[in-house]
Amino acid sequence: MLLISFLIVFPLLAALAIAFAPTADLRSAFVRWSALALAIASVVLAVAYFRTGPEFFSLGDTWNGLLDQVFLLGGIAVALVLLYLCRRISVRQWYIPALILLQMGLILVAELAPGHPEVARPFYVDSFSILMALIVGVVGWLIAVYAVRYMRDYHAQHPEVRDRQPAFFAIVFLFCAAMFGIVLTNHLPGLFFFWEITTLCSFWLIGYSGTAEAMRNAYRALTMNLIGGVFFAAAIVWLTFNPELQTWELDVVIANGGAAALIPAALIAVAGLTKAAQMPFHTWLLGAMVAPTPVSALLHSSTMVKAGVFILVKFAPVYHGTEVGLLLALIGGVTFLATSLIAVNQRNAKLVLAYSTIANLGLVVMCAGVGTTATLWAAMLLILFHAVAKALLFLSVGTTEHLVHSRDIEDMDGLVYRRPVLAMTLMVGMLGMFLAPFGMLISKYTCFQAFLTVDVFPGGGILLMAILAFGSAPTLFFWTKWMGKLVAMPRRTPEPMPEVPREQAFALLALTGLTYLACVLYPFVDWAFILPYTQALADAGLVPPPSDSTHWETFILMSVMLAGMFLLPVLFWLRPPHYATVSGYLSGANVAGSASYRGAMGGEREVTARGYYLTAFLDEQRLTRQGLIAAGILMIAMLMGAAL
Amino acid sequence: MNLEYWGFALAFIVLGPVVGGLLAGIDRRLTARMQSRQGPPLLQPFYDVLKLFEKDTTVVTHLQTLYLWAFLFFMVIAGVIIFLGGNLLLSLFAMTVSGIFLCLAAESTNSPYSKIGSAREMLLMMAYEPMLIIVPLGFFLVVGSFQVADILAGEPSQVVQLLGVLIGFLFVLTIKLRKSPFDISTSHHGHQELVKGLTTDMSGRDLALVEIGHWYENVILLAWLYLFFGPLGLLWALPIAVVLFFAEVLVDNTNARLKWGTTVKASWWVAVLFGVTNLLVLPFI
Repeated sequence: MLLISFLIVFPLLAALAIAFAPTADLRSAFVRWSALALAIASVVLAVAYFRTGPEFFSLGDTWNGLLDQVFLLGGIAVALVLLYLCRRISVRQWYIPALILLQMGLILVAELAPGHPEVARPFYVDSFSILMALIVGVVGWLIAVYAVRYMRDYHAQHPEVRDRQPAFFAIVFLFCAAMFGIVLTNHLPGLFFFWEITTLCSFWLIGYSGTAEAMRNAYRALTMNLIGGVFFAAAIVWLTFNPELQTWELDVVIANGGAAALIPAALIAVAGLTKAAQMPFHTWLLGAMVAPTPVSALLHSSTMVKAGVFILVKFAPVYHGTEVGLLLALIGGVTFLATSLIAVNQRNAKLVLAYSTIANLGLVVMCAGVGTTATLWAAMLLILFHAVAKALLFLSVGTTEHLVHSRDIEDMDGLVYRRPVLAMTLMVGMLGMFLAPFGMLISKYTCFQAFLTVDVFPGGGILLMAILAFGSAPTLFFWTKWMGKLVAMPRRTPEPMPEVPREQAFALLALTGLTYLACVLYPFVDWAFILPYTQALADAGLVPPPSDSTHWETFILMSVMLAGMFLLPVLFWLRPPHYATVSGYLSGANVAGSASYRGAMGGEREVTARGYYLTAFLDEQRLTRQGLIAAGILMIAMLMGAAL
Repeated sequence: MNLEYWGFALAFIVLGPVVGGLLAGIDRRLTARMQSRQGPPLLQPFYDVLKLFEKDTTVVTHLQTLYLWAFLFFMVIAGVIIFLGGNLLLSLFAMTVSGIFLCLAAESTNSPYSKIGSAREMLLMMAYEPMLIIVPLGFFLVVGSFQVADILAGEPSQVVQLLGVLIGFLFVLTIKLRKSPFDISTSHHGHQELVKGLTTDMSGRDLALVEIGHWYENVILLAWLYLFFGPLGLLWALPIAVVLFFAEVLVDNTNARLKWGTTVKASWWVAVLFGVTNLLVLPFI
């Protein structure tokens, strides 16, 4: 319990210290060391509760009552702050304060109801929440370390943006505190309170630069997340007044697993979908990329969207084997397919990453909706692999952007020759996202197998599997295209680039190491974090018992491939072939290397070649529209399916 | 996994290129006969590759050789997995990695012709990938396992159950073998806009590596075809697979090249109409 309170309270104190630090240097030191302390604390938590079943903590009556008060007053305070932030919106955006008032009204109805349920055990630790805490702590630490230097450069490059770094870092720590709260609390109104804090923090961080575009996107993110919040609050109201299942304890709702739990689970599913940026709510995450890069990394990898999929995976035993679950899985599927195709169109590196995040979260949602042991296994591994690889990619793109002054993929030409280490971290991140022998592939493999054995609805599993097969193909295309840009030999001697700052290099290399390690050690992750969790669920009769899921043969082959991926470059470096170098073939007389040639009419012609974006073949707007409509219909069907 | 399978895997590593080269030789002879030509000797592909080893190798960037090593490495791994009786889906993933490294080798030269070739190769990958994934999934639904050993020990009727999947596979096999109407990533004809597609800037030993990699690939694809008929026994399955394999030569010679957009659309439609439909109706067969 001490550890849990440390993880939640310490970042709050750190946030205060950072906000009021007298000098910039002191503030940076606070950020570094507090983030490190959180990372260490999450590791200590993992060691202390290593491979234990779910463990619950009670605080005693006085403290429990006090906690209720804290969550109630805190919730009101958050709502008031949100209302205050709405002071500058136009009349046409009346729905934002309306949504705030609606969800505050709902939650007050529940919390002030006479005889509302009591929470005896407000906190818990199980191996899934430990895994999440580790992701938040360790990845969050590396992002914070990276951000210190990044923000300084950011303000040097953007003098027009008001320097609000103290508040920036304080909010980042507040965000982490809320994330620890979400993964460790068993108290549903408490969970909702932390949930709303993440909404508030993301709003502030997205709007950091204060430009018109940033504010518009921040309000859009706020609106979407408030819609999710309303559904969450409605679920809590339902659980307060429903005689069949009157409880505020998360584990009781999940353990019920029956029809009574399905309605709140479906409502919370909508909340999870908004936070996880699934269609029809995905646009807020695309808008969020106007924020400074560390914010994007934070939102995409360790926090925010991971809170959304966390809650969905948590409720997976309720969805398991129901039509609601299948519909939820199909929403994830539609999102996965549509955004994978749209990503092919994108030239902006951050947009490619954003679409790929949404697609991967769609995959996790598919797994959560199916909710068998195998898909839970896949979902948890996906969350882990995605967190490290995506943090690595975002931070690498952020550094690249500072060096080449562009987010355009076409401008990253020849990075392998210009900044080899940076190119290497980008490549490892991309390989980690889609290619054997890296992590994502293991999860996809398990998904295929698991979907084929779904029998909720005739053909339902085949449909999910087909979606996965067709969605994976464009993924291949847009990542390879990007990698092709990075490895391309520059046609002219490129202008020298500044060094990567040391702290940033440290964060990037550490994340690269983590991506590799997560792939090599995935059987250990399975044994240490996933198996205890699924075993506990199976013991409670909520999911079928886990089969012997360690495919040793697969693991050995994966290791051989991984070793090959590592040893081939080493071998190449030790025994490089000595071939003559020529300039590329241009079908004419080369003039300056392969940069220009003499054409048929004798004039000198510059060479240009761009990547394929298939804009005529895949229409982004049409795909988005179709995805929105399909996901919207599925979501309404899901809610109706739960009510009937 | 017994000693026999290890023997198969070893045989694949050693004899794979020999068989693959012979397949290429027969292919060329057949093509020639269809065009009323005499055609080269059966061993011509080997002469070609041996000659490539004699030639000077020029590169645009030294790293392209590294990517080609990775291409060959993962191709061999993909085959070894199959001949060990291992996991078919995993083998497909390894083959994909191999294909991506070939694209990277072409991209790294940064010459326009190589780049167009590799972009088209990626488009083709996008076209055939869904159908190729459906093949192991179909076997899984029929046999209950991705293991090649289990598929071979299945019922002889499985080819009837998976007839749609087989048709879809034969369709994308044309793309995989870079045959008309889908040979858009590497044209053999010098006067076309692509020159030599993604191998434009590869020469000597590097080009030989690509050829050997493709020989391995041909053997792997033949093995995939064999799996459909495997339970019938070697005597039936191998001739059928070989005949179907060379039926692609006929397709090659009777079709003009398609545009890439048509190719992607056509292969996705085939994957849906034959592959997915087959899997959906499988419980009723």
